[in-house]
Amino acid sequence: MLEIKDLHVGLEEEDRAILKGVDISIDSGEVHAIMGPNGSGKSTLSYVLAGRDGYEVQRGTVLLEGQDLFDLDPEERAASGLFLAFQYPVEIAGVGNMTFLRTALNSQRKARGQKEVSASAFLKIMREKAKTLGIEAEMLRRPLNYGFSGGEKKRNEILQMAVLEPRMCILDETDSGLDIDALRQVATGVNALRNSERSILVITHYQRLLNYIVPDVVHIMADGRIVGTGGPELALEVEEKGYGEFSREAA
Amino acid sequence: MSAESAEQFTFEESYQGMGAISREAISRSGELDSANAVAGEAKWAETARMVAHRTVSEAGFPRRRDEYWKFTNPNRLVAEVPAPAKVAAPETQSLFEDIDCLKIFFVDGLLDLKRSDDLALSNAVIDFLDSAVRRDNHWGSELFGRLEAQSQSPISRPFAADNTARAQSGLFIRATGQVPRPIAIYYLRSAPDADAIIRHVVQVEPGAEITVLESGPGAARMNKVIEVEIGDGGTVHHIQVQGREHERSCITHLMAELGQGSHFRSFALTANGALTRNESVVGLSGDGGSAHLSGVAVGDGNFHHDDTIFVTHGAEACESRQVFKKVLRNNAVGVFQGKILVKPGAQKTDGYQISQGLLLDEKSQFFAKPELEIYADDVVCSHGSTCGSIDEDAMLYLRSRGIDKTTAEDMLALAFLSEALDEIHDRRIATKLNKLLAGWLERHH
Repeated sequence: MLEIKDLHVGLEEEDRAILKGVDISIDSGEVHAIMGPNGSGKSTLSYVLAGRDGYEVQRGTVLLEGQDLFDLDPEERAASGLFLAFQYPVEIAGVGNMTFLRTALNSQRKARGQKEVSASAFLKIMREKAKTLGIEAEMLRRPLNYGFSGGEKKRNEILQMAVLEPRMCILDETDSGLDIDALRQVATGVNALRNSERSILVITHYQRLLNYIVPDVVHIMADGRIVGTGGPELALEVEEKGYGEFSREAA
Repeated sequence: MSAESAEQFTFEESYQGMGAISREAISRSGELDSANAVAGEAKWAETARMVAHRTVSEAGFPRRRDEYWKFTNPNRLVAEVPAPAKVAAPETQSLFEDIDCLKIFFVDGLLDLKRSDDLALSNAVIDFLDSAVRRDNHWGSELFGRLEAQSQSPISRPFAADNTARAQSGLFIRATGQVPRPIAIYYLRSAPDADAIIRHVVQVEPGAEITVLESGPGAARMNKVIEVEIGDGGTVHHIQVQGREHERSCITHLMAELGQGSHFRSFALTANGALTRNESVVGLSGDGGSAHLSGVAVGDGNFHHDDTIFVTHGAEACESRQVFKKVLRNNAVGVFQGKILVKPGAQKTDGYQISQGLLLDEKSQFFAKPELEIYADDVVCSHGSTCGSIDEDAMLYLRSRGIDKTTAEDMLALAFLSEALDEIHDRRIATKLNKLLAGWLERHH
């Protein structure tokens, strides 16, 4: 599904590498987690995959189902099945949550040569997905993320994911700023989307989220590199020893 | 938030020393017999025209070096004849079609009675300027030219005075109670080089309420003045949509005086236009009045749009609000000059002003000059002005969900403008204008 090979990334305006050779290979239906301390390059990886400006890919490739991701604009990546749940979802006053999501869904469908979804059919999809995520109708009517609490923003990201049905989902620190109830709700939403066709990459700081979204593979990232890969037990090991151990091993 | 106080004495000096020439002085001087008087007009109209004529000859038309015209070159407005402007198909003719309105049409600045509805409307009197000025005891005699003359201090507004001196076309509207239907005034074009002068007078009796909608480009060049007097507890809603033609130029003045506890709401939408200057001069003269002025302007290429506002708080516990937004691309220029003046004694004033420019490329420009002048010490006044490009994070967010770059940009530009559209009292009109703007954004990339 997603093949990251020897990825080196720096900032366009600085002569400094952030990712220094990342290799990750995710198969269909797998859930991978990347754990790592602050500044290890986790968020840079998610932004580069989503297509944010300002980064320079110095070396390496990323293939999404065999297609070179860096040949695609952000909207083309989305239409090809990539989805990034943002760490900090952007608040946009003046754009309705529903209007936004319907435009997004139909843009993707149009790009894939599929028929657009009618307003009434869309409403039905929304109601159903919102219900499973415990999202009130009132929240759907508000402007996009505007004035949302941290938990509402994260749930709204998962709602978008549920409606857009991407095949490759990246969750960037989706657990940050969530209390335990919100965390459970978000994890339930994500788990409901797990299937043999869909892959998920969970980027997180803490092991906590991985109690609820249990990964198949855990990668430890430190200083722009993957310094350890293993099963779910690796997350527990990190929780116990801290990241220092792994960073030293890598050095 | 800022509040400052100054000696009352300083204020009185600067604002009374520059008073315009009084009507009485002119009447006594016998100047009315001069060639400038329009034949057959009533004494009151002749007097108002004479005062205005004098204002024009004394102040002269503005030049680029005048501080008040620093960001807008007045040459197109001053020129002997208007620059010809191609006449486009009348798109906005039916803008308020599905709202039950009384429709009145002007073509190239001249009233078109055949096209217009019957003027009978309960709780309202509608007269024509050219016949009103011939009647000795017309109800509009005290108002015509009064707010314009008052607006000449502290800053002269020669185009408005010129309008008083020369206008032959326009409406005298009087609301005597709750007017059940809005009056919709459409300004159509026919000749490519028409030079129009339009003057409306709106008088709202205490407790009365009226909605006036305006739509259309009007003429190759248009000078329009509206004087609005709102009695105690009265309400006026005003919407102005200025058409989509690219080469036209216009200057408008909206002069309003608000009585105690009265409300004034005015919104202007401008799409395209080589030169548009909308001046609003609003005086809150009775306690507890409120005035909200807002507008959006969208321009692509040869576009210059100027909102110049002067709001005077002259009584206690009044509220004023200004929300102006512009989206500019391809060398388009936007200007905002907004002043809130709080006179001595205007305690408990609540004043707010925001002006924002969204530049869609590096060639467009937005100039803002927000001003507060406060001579009372118990007031809340705030103002802000921003100018920037589309937010990159918001762009990535929308695009990462599959929305293409152009659509995402349109969505964000419309979202930016929507804060000003929220000021519109009637959601049907707001929705209509929102669609109009969405269409414009889609056509201009």
